[in-house]
Amino acid sequence: MNMLQENNWLLSLGTFLPMVGVVLLMLMPKAQDKSVKLVALFTSIATLAVGIYTAFRFDFDQAEKMQFVANETWIAVIKSSYFIGVDGISLPLYLLSMVITLLVVIYSLDHVPSPGKPKAFFSLLLVLQTGMAGTFIAQDLILFFVFFELVLLPMFFMIGVWGGEQRQYASIKFFLYTMFGSALMLVAFLALFFKTGAESFSIPYLIENGGSIGKNIQIWIFAGMFVGFAVKVPMFPFHTWLPDAHTQAPTQGSVILAAILLKLGTYGFVRIALPILPTAAREWAPYIGGLAVIGIIYGAIAATMQRDLKRLVAYSSVAHLGFIVLGTFALSSQAVTGAVMQMVNHGVSTGALFLLVGMIYERRHTREIAELRGLQHVAPIFAGVFTVVMLSSVGLPGLNGFVGEFLILIGSFGPARWWTVVATVGVVLAALYLLWAYQRVFHGEPDEANSSFKELTLREGLLMSVFLAIIVVSGIYPKPILDRIEPSVVALIEHVEGQTK
Amino acid sequence: MKGSELGVLSMFSSLVLSAGAGYQWIQRTNSAAEEQFVEPVIKSWSWWRSGGFDFGIGQHIDGLSVLVLIVVAFISTLVQIYSLEYLRGDRRYTHFFAALTLFSGGMLAMVLADNMMLFLLGWEIMGLCSFMLIGHWWENDANARAALKAFFTVRTGDAGLLVGIAILYFSANDWTQENLGVSGFSIRGISAWALSGEPNSTAITIAAIALFIACIGKSGQFPLHTWLPDAMAGPTPVSSLLHSSTMVVAGVYLVARLYPVFFVGLDILGSGGNLIMIIGAITIVISAALAFVQNDIKRVLAYSTVSQLGYMMLGLGAGAWLPAVFHIFTHAFFKACLFLGAGSISHSASHHSFDMKHDMGGLRKVMPITFVTWIISTLALCGVFPFSGFFSKDEIIDNVGNNGYNTFMIVGLVGAFMTAAYMTRATYLTFFGEPRGASAGENSHDSHDSHDAHATVAAHDSHDAHDSGAAHGPHESGLLITIPLMILSVLALGSGFLNATPFGENWERMKLWVEPRAVEVIDATHSGGPGESLVINLPNAEESHSKSVCGSATPADGVCFAPQLQHAKFKWSKAMMSMVIVFLGMALSWILSSRLFTKRDPRLVGLTQRVKVLGLGHKFLVNKYYLDVLYEKIIVRSIAYPIANAAYWFNQNILDGILHGFANSTRKLSGWVYQNIDQRVVDATVNNSATFTKSVGTAAQPTQSGKVSQYGALLFSAAAIGALVLVIINT
Repeated sequence: MNMLQENNWLLSLGTFLPMVGVVLLMLMPKAQDKSVKLVALFTSIATLAVGIYTAFRFDFDQAEKMQFVANETWIAVIKSSYFIGVDGISLPLYLLSMVITLLVVIYSLDHVPSPGKPKAFFSLLLVLQTGMAGTFIAQDLILFFVFFELVLLPMFFMIGVWGGEQRQYASIKFFLYTMFGSALMLVAFLALFFKTGAESFSIPYLIENGGSIGKNIQIWIFAGMFVGFAVKVPMFPFHTWLPDAHTQAPTQGSVILAAILLKLGTYGFVRIALPILPTAAREWAPYIGGLAVIGIIYGAIAATMQRDLKRLVAYSSVAHLGFIVLGTFALSSQAVTGAVMQMVNHGVSTGALFLLVGMIYERRHTREIAELRGLQHVAPIFAGVFTVVMLSSVGLPGLNGFVGEFLILIGSFGPARWWTVVATVGVVLAALYLLWAYQRVFHGEPDEANSSFKELTLREGLLMSVFLAIIVVSGIYPKPILDRIEPSVVALIEHVEGQTK
Repeated sequence: MKGSELGVLSMFSSLVLSAGAGYQWIQRTNSAAEEQFVEPVIKSWSWWRSGGFDFGIGQHIDGLSVLVLIVVAFISTLVQIYSLEYLRGDRRYTHFFAALTLFSGGMLAMVLADNMMLFLLGWEIMGLCSFMLIGHWWENDANARAALKAFFTVRTGDAGLLVGIAILYFSANDWTQENLGVSGFSIRGISAWALSGEPNSTAITIAAIALFIACIGKSGQFPLHTWLPDAMAGPTPVSSLLHSSTMVVAGVYLVARLYPVFFVGLDILGSGGNLIMIIGAITIVISAALAFVQNDIKRVLAYSTVSQLGYMMLGLGAGAWLPAVFHIFTHAFFKACLFLGAGSISHSASHHSFDMKHDMGGLRKVMPITFVTWIISTLALCGVFPFSGFFSKDEIIDNVGNNGYNTFMIVGLVGAFMTAAYMTRATYLTFFGEPRGASAGENSHDSHDSHDAHATVAAHDSHDAHDSGAAHGPHESGLLITIPLMILSVLALGSGFLNATPFGENWERMKLWVEPRAVEVIDATHSGGPGESLVINLPNAEESHSKSVCGSATPADGVCFAPQLQHAKFKWSKAMMSMVIVFLGMALSWILSSRLFTKRDPRLVGLTQRVKVLGLGHKFLVNKYYLDVLYEKIIVRSIAYPIANAAYWFNQNILDGILHGFANSTRKLSGWVYQNIDQRVVDATVNNSATFTKSVGTAAQPTQSGKVSQYGALLFSAAAIGALVLVIINT
């Protein structure tokens, strides 16, 4: 595989800059809340600036190649190296993680959830950012695994310390589930390492040599990886940690969880599982597609039944991620492009939804749909923002959700016709549960408790306008993003097809 | 400046531009030779592309799109002007105009679309605007519910549209790329492909059925028509624009637009009827029957709309393409006029009530303009010569018979009889007899329960705002309302003459301008511009009237863009027969209405209570054939609820149960290990807290995180062992 090595310090800078912020925070005295916040804010702004600079320096004419590649010896004993790089698939997600973290930091400036402790809270946010960005740039399985696991702990503490009433249960469930998956994933990684001659953990190396593993063994190794990633996604039937984690997590945790963390799993499919083990991927594809479709319908049905707004959004994530997995395992370039696109879209729209639900909770101290009523009457701008975000999630043409969803549907139509037809029902149901919830919450005459609902503040409005801008612009003109993603996906699909023919 | 100016101005500009497009198109067709295919004006640009998919935005201008374009722009402009008065002082005045304009934008985009993607975009925007506008007065729960019902019902059909587009793309793309150089989304490409004899018959049939499901939802056809009458909860201008003259014809437009797909896929002109005809015919009759038992004037009109849409579908299904499309045109004018008339009554006479029985009657004297325009439009709707409906509806019925579907022709005639009868009943109740309720000057708010749901809100908002509680009697509406009514009624009277078949070829302008000519075209558009470098292969006279030239069989040379259709020869005898039927309907209904409602004839009053069979029938109709009960109570309550509950139960008990069980046994195992392997390190906490679930219940235990690391260590060692085992086994 061709790689471009210019500016190879950029990715490391972008990834580890938040850690500099963490060190600074650690050195600060506890009481200085204000400067803690400032440090966190400037760190995340600087990180995003580096990220944007990276995107500018990215050579879009060679988007299918790994760029900014650095490859240094790291743990020589196990032949693992510090090997990083980005291509058209990882760049949007890498950038998205930085955008979301910055927005969450801004939101947190005056919304540190109880029990406070801003120093610890912001430190965790920044550690989380390093873990997420690192996962998207790692080109070595061990490095990937380290970053993948690095994400786990901050999130565990975020739910466990700043979460809702049942935070203990939710955080342990989250942790156990993911650990279980990680264990199997590690088994698979080790097996992969040994079966390719114990030469290297480097992903490009494994992509080249993974095809030589016998089919039966491939299938087993793939199964291990699949469970690891599927728990993270989460796919039916490994999803039950998600609603609890989301409901109990503080708003910030939910936003990051939905926007980025879930994508680590789907990204793992695209980056690792598919190219290294194409034969096994082909074998598994129909079953995984089936699970994905079950997830779509199941998530939608479960979402319809929810009484808690946040839980509803959580289940809608299960359905949406079902679409992404369906697209990934359709193994056609449109569907996989759509899936990557949808990873970004879902991050934006569901992240924004969780933020809005968080704002509702903060104002009303409840998320029960039945308790909320007529909010559009007292907060029309809030309702308008919610409408656009919701419609993006529903997949209305002209907004970002549609582009990915339609590409997935049409790209999967050839390889998995009937699954796709069933998945289309999910599109219909998405409209039902979201609009129904919207109607119950925003329409009608507000009762006493709801009539004092505060309109969006200026800062909240500015925050949301970033989300709205991404939603509208990438919905109306998705070409720039698609043009970046596609070459990498085409290269991936060609590799898979070359290996399985 | 409250936004309405912007709306009216933009709609007016659209109208001017579409009139210009219409003028140019007429020039184009006039200059073309008799048997020449008039190439549509197509321009497209790449919007975004991915993996060989090219999603374009572009225009496809031909007779059909120009016709609908003008209708949409025209009615939109008039309705916006009307709304200036009707919604004056509304609490979401600007919001209303914004949504109305967005709707028109969506519809125009859909009409102009040169490919299915853009079509879908417009289609969905309309659905969204419909949701926003029906629920415009969402403070009232009934309105909000109606909005959701409309959106969801239509959206159910939309699944068919998505699937249909996908099937067509995959079936047609290779052929269209090779022969026409366009993608499988292109409407023109799909049309030519469908008639090329290439398509696999199963694929195109499934595609046609899938697309037709979308049309059923959007155009309120049986069995998904139930949302349309409920949609009357929206403000009257919305009912007039979206739910009678424009948006709901989108489904009909889709069938007309992709006619070759339906023509081949559903075997139109084949013997014995097809899906479109059957659905259309059922819709005509069942909705016309429902119109008899409505007291709400807008609901009468809503069912009438459903019924007329049924006529359009029947016509398309029977191969009467032009009459059906012409009916879109004429129907838009007279139905918009009727709805706006109903709005005028509620605005100025009946105190925002739409209840004909309680709040109307005898209005012909106080509202002369509304009355005259109403009568003209009613006659047009009933299809009385020489009003516009006659030239379109009678043509549909005539052509259905001419193409050999006698049963369906009879259904059409029965429908015409029913239309005449229920419209006479509505007219009688509204304009004749004695004034009742609000129309008699009773300014009571009590009767509002039976009114259309939005009346209460409207009364508080717009009404009191501009009439400031004056005890006013019924009066004629202002100019902003009556002028649109008058313009529309002139068109309801005159627009039929654009295709007046009784007067011979020279009067059939629509046939010349709108109907695509079914000839083979040796297409060379991808080398030259549209309309140029066309080599026309003139079929000889014998072939041109057989089905094989551009029917379902393969064209000998080149491609076809439209199927060969025939037109019934107009006969006065047939027209007289349907006239007699219509007059019979009117007369019978008039006699019954006057006896029942004014003279309170004891033989008729309470008949449904006395005669059991009639009572049952009446109840059946009042309950709308129990379809809503079927959907809401039976399907949703007894099927969807249990499924959803079962899914949730499965989630909480089985999946989480496994998890809890696993955690439990891990804990037991670890306990066993500690106790038996290392007796001295008996961890009291492990023994005491029996289960994982229990620990969850008691929640805050300080040692939790410590246990997590134990689990972690355990899992990691298990992973390492597992990896080793796997490797050893496989080497």
